[in-house]
Amino acid sequence: MPLDSLSGSTPEYVISASNLTKKYGDFTAVDDISFDVPAGESFGLLGPNGAGKSTTMRMIGGVSQRTSGTLSIMGLDPEQHGPQVRAHLGVVPQQDNLDEELRVRDNLIVYGRYFGLPLSYLRPKADELLEFAQLTDKAGAKVDDLSGGMKRRLTIARSLVNEPRILLLDEPTTGLDPQARHILWDRLFRLKEAGTTLILTTHYMDEAEQLCDRLVVVDKGRIMAEGSPASLIRRYSTREVLELRFGSERNTTVAADLQGIGERTETLPDRVLIYAADGEAAMEQVSLRGLRPITSLIRRSSLEDVFLRLTGRSLID
Amino acid sequence: MTDRKSSRTVLAVPQTPEESAAKARRYGSWYFAEHTFRVMRMYAVSVAMYSVGTPLAYLFAMGVGLAALIDANGAGRFGGVDYLTFLAPALVASAALMSATGEFMFPIMDGFKWRRTFFGPHASPLRPEQIANGHIIGVGIRILLPTAIYFVIVALFGAAPGVWAWLSIFTATLCALSFGLPLMAWVSTLTRDAGQFAVVQRFIVTPLFLFSGTFFPLDTLPFFLQWIGWISPLWHATEIGRVLSYGYAEPVWLSVLHVAYMGATAVAGWLLSQRIFRRRMGK
Ligand SMILES: Nc1ncnc2c1ncn2[C@@H]1O[C@H](COP(=O)(O)OP(=O)(O)OP(=O)(O)O)[C@@H](O)[C@H]1O
Ligand SMILES: [Mg+2]
Repeated sequence: MPLDSLSGSTPEYVISASNLTKKYGDFTAVDDISFDVPAGESFGLLGPNGAGKSTTMRMIGGVSQRTSGTLSIMGLDPEQHGPQVRAHLGVVPQQDNLDEELRVRDNLIVYGRYFGLPLSYLRPKADELLEFAQLTDKAGAKVDDLSGGMKRRLTIARSLVNEPRILLLDEPTTGLDPQARHILWDRLFRLKEAGTTLILTTHYMDEAEQLCDRLVVVDKGRIMAEGSPASLIRRYSTREVLELRFGSERNTTVAADLQGIGERTETLPDRVLIYAADGEAAMEQVSLRGLRPITSLIRRSSLEDVFLRLTGRSLID
Repeated sequence: MTDRKSSRTVLAVPQTPEESAAKARRYGSWYFAEHTFRVMRMYAVSVAMYSVGTPLAYLFAMGVGLAALIDANGAGRFGGVDYLTFLAPALVASAALMSATGEFMFPIMDGFKWRRTFFGPHASPLRPEQIANGHIIGVGIRILLPTAIYFVIVALFGAAPGVWAWLSIFTATLCALSFGLPLMAWVSTLTRDAGQFAVVQRFIVTPLFLFSGTFFPLDTLPFFLQWIGWISPLWHATEIGRVLSYGYAEPVWLSVLHVAYMGATAVAGWLLSQRIFRRRMGK
């Protein structure tokens, strides 16, 4: 695996982290994590607020120095070869950092100039990206005048100006309306098909399930589990989940009465989850015990359930 | 977002990442300076009006009003020239210093804190010190041009008689950097905006403006206030400006000292800013 030492050879992994650690003073934000991402893979980091996702992304992006461990991007250490590493990347940070005083189109051109790209390429490219981001009408507006979702779209468009082979997306669709999200997913899917490696963090389970070939669940700076969405669901959850709502006061007290139904129950403030291979059968047992939930719902397990199992917390804030 | 299947194939990026990195390494500071020019272009009209309006206002008020009064009463106190000629180099330098004060405070806070505009380029191949350099280049030119305009207007008022007077455009700009770059280094360390900027304006810039030999020779001040002049870039710029403008008599070593002092403080502020940018952006 220490391919990065073989200079000149094409690394098998475009990103390779081992024992990566980041401390802020005494606080450990990223705690000894290791992972490898092969070219063309779509790799996700899933975790609650403060898990260390953005910190990891910033280290990969060559803008934050690690405390210990090794990291190689395209076979290069981002701390030694910052400009080269960053020239390969497209970055969508969690927080938009557009220049709000500049016009929308100029933001794209200015960003391309940082890569030394000529205006003859950037002018038509900016128009193309504006069309992609559905901001053609806003080309001459100041960024200040855009809505939050439009700014997000512009930031995403900006990250593509150098046609990166690796795209780092830190919660890319936060703030986008459902339609814009779906179109972005489609676009990211196409980039992936064209061979772009995607690294993304998200709070949205459906996004992770749609986009990630493989993901790691992180909590408190550590990797709790790793695998494809389907394999994680198989390993950490049952096929189906029965969601019951008894009203906020009763949810906690009813838990004792539900014991023995399904493989496992999970009590949340607003609902009780019963994990079972067969949701219908579990529902029947609930009725047999004379319990009358206000609402009930049977669904397939999702990454949300994996997450709950691994961290004991719900991902949805 | 719309989708265009063809978009990736229509426009192929014309250079490899390695070429991008090499270009950024060589010209990165200029790329960021280019960014600052694009921002300034948004304000071009108001900057131009301000650049012409300020000198006119000052020169009419001071030159025509105040100078007439002073020349009528105290002629000969100003090295044999009229008051406006005495005053003009100080006005040019202080205008440069005042725009530097704004340009090296607010955009820096904006870049690191308010709108985080430095963190966009930081994710590109640019290095943090190039972002600092680019800002300095941008502001340097942004100050040089209005200073040149100011000088031309002074000359039109007949208050820049010497053949070397035009060189004061550069010494005034150097003055702006001499004050501005240490200021930039300091602002780069700030993580909170707690009204420090108003303090700088009120308790540093204003006293410098008043006590740097601007309106009257420094040696007419009580001795215990003269030190303000000695450490003030504005005094050094004003004095060298007077030498260049009308041949104000002072020893050559002192003229050299003026330029050296301003140069040294500017370079110190520049290097310090680079260092702070590097450290703050690597966190
Ligand atoms: N510059 C910093 N100084 C000190 N602590 C920091 C800094 N940046 C992040 N942290 C801490 O590191 C931890 C991880 O932060 P990080 O932003 O990586 O989390 P995250 O997983 O991206 O969370 P979110 O989902 O909220 O974006 C947090 O506890 C945060 O407070
Ligand atoms: Mg984050």
